[in-house]
Amino acid sequence: MTLLAATIPDAVTFVIAAAICVLGALGVVLSRNPVHSALMLVMTLFGVAVLFVEEDAQFLAAVQVIVYAGAIVVLFLFVIMLLGVDQKEAIERDPLPAQRPVAICVGILVLAEVLLLARGHWPTGARSVSGAIGSPADNVGLIGRSVFTTYLLAFEVTSALLVVAVIGAVVLARRPRPALGGSAPATGPAVEPDGDDEDPDDTEPDGGEAGTAETVSSAAAQAEDELASPEVPGP
Amino acid sequence: MTTAASWYLTLAAVLFTIGAIGLLVRRNVLVMFMCVELMLNAANLTFVTFARRLNDIAGQTAVFFVLVVAAAEVVVGLGIIVSIYRRRPGATADDIHRLKG
Repeated sequence: MTLLAATIPDAVTFVIAAAICVLGALGVVLSRNPVHSALMLVMTLFGVAVLFVEEDAQFLAAVQVIVYAGAIVVLFLFVIMLLGVDQKEAIERDPLPAQRPVAICVGILVLAEVLLLARGHWPTGARSVSGAIGSPADNVGLIGRSVFTTYLLAFEVTSALLVVAVIGAVVLARRPRPALGGSAPATGPAVEPDGDDEDPDDTEPDGGEAGTAETVSSAAAQAEDELASPEVPGP
Repeated sequence: MTTAASWYLTLAAVLFTIGAIGLLVRRNVLVMFMCVELMLNAANLTFVTFARRLNDIAGQTAVFFVLVVAAAEVVVGLGIIVSIYRRRPGATADDIHRLKG
């Protein structure tokens, strides 16, 4: 680390990585295509990973690249492609006219406040019991010892959280129909062909005589049947 | 080692603000979600900065837990987004403000 710091000044590294981070963050917010936003998010995450290395957090830099850029952004892109929502957002139609200026004003207020806090006001008081940051070679070991001794309870709660998240994702992403569909198709197609048989019998004479509203309603009903179960016209 | 910690905190503040403004301005649900990730990364940068400044490994451990929580949040959030888009394609955040399916 000292050798690296001797060759490349830390300030230069910081400035380049910070520029990459800020450009990527602006790209996330300003690009209209969600795919471009996701790729810009990757750029920001890599910049933050460089800053993690710069601040002696080598393990977190690796995790940042692997988990965030490798898993989370890929998940984003997968959902974008799955849903086909990569069309451009209609920016000009704004249902709340005052939202954007107010949002920017609130953002500037937040920035001023956080910058004011970043100027000085360092936290003081007792250190935690986790231990000091050692040499870069000990980083993984130190984090592991901290996680599995001091923060063991939080680690176990985290595992429970992951289980809950997995179950929640499965429940949310499941189609709402198949639970009914397992039992319904036995009755559904059996009922609906009767409706199909009745509708032509009723409507075709009526449509031939006078009623156009009847034919329209029966056509709508037939369309609903076809939408509800596409395999009905086959049998 | 020579870079002042306040530089990192300033950068984290800028990243957090960009994420917050994006969360308030954009209406695409996926992009709003990415802005939440930006804000989480700004908080992570602050944690790591203070971990080095105070010479305490607990800051990096906190970032580890934030990463895990972010992964869980992304999984559940994308599940919700998928179910929303399945019911009404092309929905923005304004279309689902009543939280009715």
